[in-house]
Amino acid sequence: MTKFHKQSLSPELRDLACSIGEAAKKEGLDFFDTIFEVVDHETLNAAAAYHGFPNRYPHWRWGMHYDRLAKTYRYGLSTIYELVINTNPSYAYLLDSNPLVLQKTVMAHVYGHVDFFKNNYWFSKTNRKMLDQMASHASSIRKIQEDIGQEEVERFIDYSLSLDNLIDIHSPFKRPVVSEAGEGQVTHPAKLQAKKYMDSYVNPKDVLAAKQQEIDNFRQQKKHFPVRPERDVLQFLLAHAPLSEWQKKVLDIIRTEAYYFAPQAQTKILNEGWASYWHSKIMTSVHPLEPSEIVDFCDLHAGVVAESGHNLNPYRLGIELLRYAKKRWDEGKFGIKYLSYDDPKQRRDHLIPTQLGASKIFEIRKWHNDVTFIDEFLDEDFCHEHKMFVYQYDPKQKKRVITSRDFGPIKQQLLDSITNLGQPIIEVTDGNYKNRGELLLCHRFAGEERSMEQAKQTLEALYHLWSRGVHIASQVAGKKVVLSFDGSEHHQDIGDAVVQEAS
Amino acid sequence: MYTKMDSDLSRFRKIVRGQVRKELKNFISSGDIITQIPSQGNRKSQTLSIPLPQINLPKFTHGPNNNNQQKGVAQGKGDVGKDVASSDEPGGQASQSPADHAYESEVTLDELGQLLGEELNLPRIEQKGNKTFEQKHRRYSGVLNQGPESLHHFTRTYRSALKRSIASGIYDPKNPVVVPIKDDKKYRSFQAVNQPLGSAVMIYMMDVSGSMGDKQKELVRLTSFWLDTWLTHSYKGVERRFIIHDATAKVVAEDLFYRTRESGGTLISSAYKKAIDLINNEFPPQDWNIYLFHFSDGDNWSQNDTQLCLQLLDSSILPAANLFCYGQTESRYGSGYFLKDLTKHYQLPASGKVVASQISDQGSIIPALKTFLGSGR
Repeated sequence: MTKFHKQSLSPELRDLACSIGEAAKKEGLDFFDTIFEVVDHETLNAAAAYHGFPNRYPHWRWGMHYDRLAKTYRYGLSTIYELVINTNPSYAYLLDSNPLVLQKTVMAHVYGHVDFFKNNYWFSKTNRKMLDQMASHASSIRKIQEDIGQEEVERFIDYSLSLDNLIDIHSPFKRPVVSEAGEGQVTHPAKLQAKKYMDSYVNPKDVLAAKQQEIDNFRQQKKHFPVRPERDVLQFLLAHAPLSEWQKKVLDIIRTEAYYFAPQAQTKILNEGWASYWHSKIMTSVHPLEPSEIVDFCDLHAGVVAESGHNLNPYRLGIELLRYAKKRWDEGKFGIKYLSYDDPKQRRDHLIPTQLGASKIFEIRKWHNDVTFIDEFLDEDFCHEHKMFVYQYDPKQKKRVITSRDFGPIKQQLLDSITNLGQPIIEVTDGNYKNRGELLLCHRFAGEERSMEQAKQTLEALYHLWSRGVHIASQVAGKKVVLSFDGSEHHQDIGDAVVQEAS
Repeated sequence: MYTKMDSDLSRFRKIVRGQVRKELKNFISSGDIITQIPSQGNRKSQTLSIPLPQINLPKFTHGPNNNNQQKGVAQGKGDVGKDVASSDEPGGQASQSPADHAYESEVTLDELGQLLGEELNLPRIEQKGNKTFEQKHRRYSGVLNQGPESLHHFTRTYRSALKRSIASGIYDPKNPVVVPIKDDKKYRSFQAVNQPLGSAVMIYMMDVSGSMGDKQKELVRLTSFWLDTWLTHSYKGVERRFIIHDATAKVVAEDLFYRTRESGGTLISSAYKKAIDLINNEFPPQDWNIYLFHFSDGDNWSQNDTQLCLQLLDSSILPAANLFCYGQTESRYGSGYFLKDLTKHYQLPASGKVVASQISDQGSIIPALKTFLGSGR
């Protein structure tokens, strides 16, 4: 059915790939070597189901993704035109049935993505040899399955996958914390060197006493485990859960892959916007299409950036916001004076031909992710210009109803939905809860509630890893709620008393 | 060609069908895509629903704990307070409201045959006639470098280990120790070959009398359809004949067999007589393996006719046939005694040529087929 073999490009496509690449470079794009492969839809769908990497470990969910893609393709509901993976060199798959104008557009789009992978800060810590690592993950898991049995390994993978959103997406960018063990060793404050008669001046007693107090406090605190709340729950489980060697290996693989894919989820809007911006620019001005292809191109591009009912299209939002930012910096619409205007008309009339837009968008591509991008550039004028609104489900009408067109709620809602990849922020706060070796997780409430039904089932999965009671504290309808699972029963505590005990 | 995706896909399908990992059942959602296709003419467009089973592993997620909290940002026209001018259909997105319809697993006919085939077989096939009919058979004739340990080919492994050690100069004739490494391992592999088995004919008989309600007819049709699906998948070159009967019987074409709506009284013997005619004229028992399947609600016209049936079975059918299967649905009038009479006469379940089963609802179709053709009979 699916074969991943190299199908060399036809001379025509090869020449196009070169010339479009040259054109992109001239515009300032800077990408890894990109290897295009033309594949049939089965291979492309299979690759997409494997998230781009044909050599993933065996698991049913790839089959599930594939089933969906194959069916939506078969019934003509959706087609994937291309797929590109963040490796060096980068591999991009093109669908063999794409017409030539589409292949050209897709190539330009791909160069945009690869440039983004290479230069965006949030991708700077990803493994560019991920193909090799994926292959090694696959062979480890196959080996483990041979030893342990498919069913048991698969079950463990499923439990781990239930938790694979509990990572700290920012941890690759944090400075490593000083080892906690070292901090705990100090029992007395360090004294400055001084001759005996000077000692009471150089090291005053009250200062020493205060420091001693601090250390004692810290040592007291250290009895808390972990010392600080840990957001990388998977890491915590790896270090402290009673797992066997093979289980640790599997969990580590799941965690590594979750971290690898996190930046792509973190930059979905910006990345797609950037690639769409460049395919549109390159195809229309830098490496122009044949006049006969223009209508097809417009049709295609309109499809990519179409509004889709009640779902925000990341391609559309990304490209429009980039263009908006470019325009603002081209027209000098930035700085204290511009921002101080209250009247939209004043803002509109503020025109200084600074022509800084091009360099501004490269700066955005370098440093921003979706959250910072939207936080910094989505403003009131943009919201109105693009007719954005907030909707909410109305149970009476059984419809989604527009609740607001005001800038504040729109931006808030949008940011909420993408912060931490749209996942709740959950940390381990106590690994020895109730002094019984039980595990307490805490949901840091940020305005959005956590789904309760799923939480129960997830706790069950967590229990299989921790092997003792597991708890999660969060906030529902303004009240603190602790959900617990002890291996056989679920338990729910509502009210403040419980949480004080927890903290 | 067998690839990695095939194995992941078949694993997923097995889970969805509940063959393995039953604990995941709770996480399976049907998640159809519902899309509109224009139908012929200018009538209303038809709704087409494509089942897209999904297994959603639970996660800690944001989620509305009641529907009032579903919200989001979008763009487009419309005033505050008006409903979102969404496109008419939810498109490729999983719809937000849980679908009501139960999950239907999409099984192709061939897959269905395969599913059944793992558990069924035709009993007592004899080498008769001119071998027109074939069975798929696995022949372990090949050797591969990869495979399950259960198919490890010991001799070949050592032979290749010996070759390697001679070639690399490790081998010492005075101390002939050969230690295989991973690359030396050889495994048996099979090929599916069609094995000629003889000639066989299936004779399907169905009661289409007035006492058979639509539900009953549907059931026996389903049963014979599944039976036929499996047979044609597993055995090539099987002859099939279809007989419908009420008070009289006739031989019909396949599609008619599945579609006929008749009414009238029931004389089961008429069908048996027809079958005997068929056997005598077309399928002499010395040349053919003969399998008969009869479906009815058992509501025979008279006890006399039942006696006649048993007589016909004993004197003509059973001596000629390899197997006679009888499936009975529940009669609308609750007067289906034929199954009882058969059971009494042949002391069922005995291990003779007669097998009978009750088919009371859709769920009992597969068990019935297993009674008919279960392996090891």
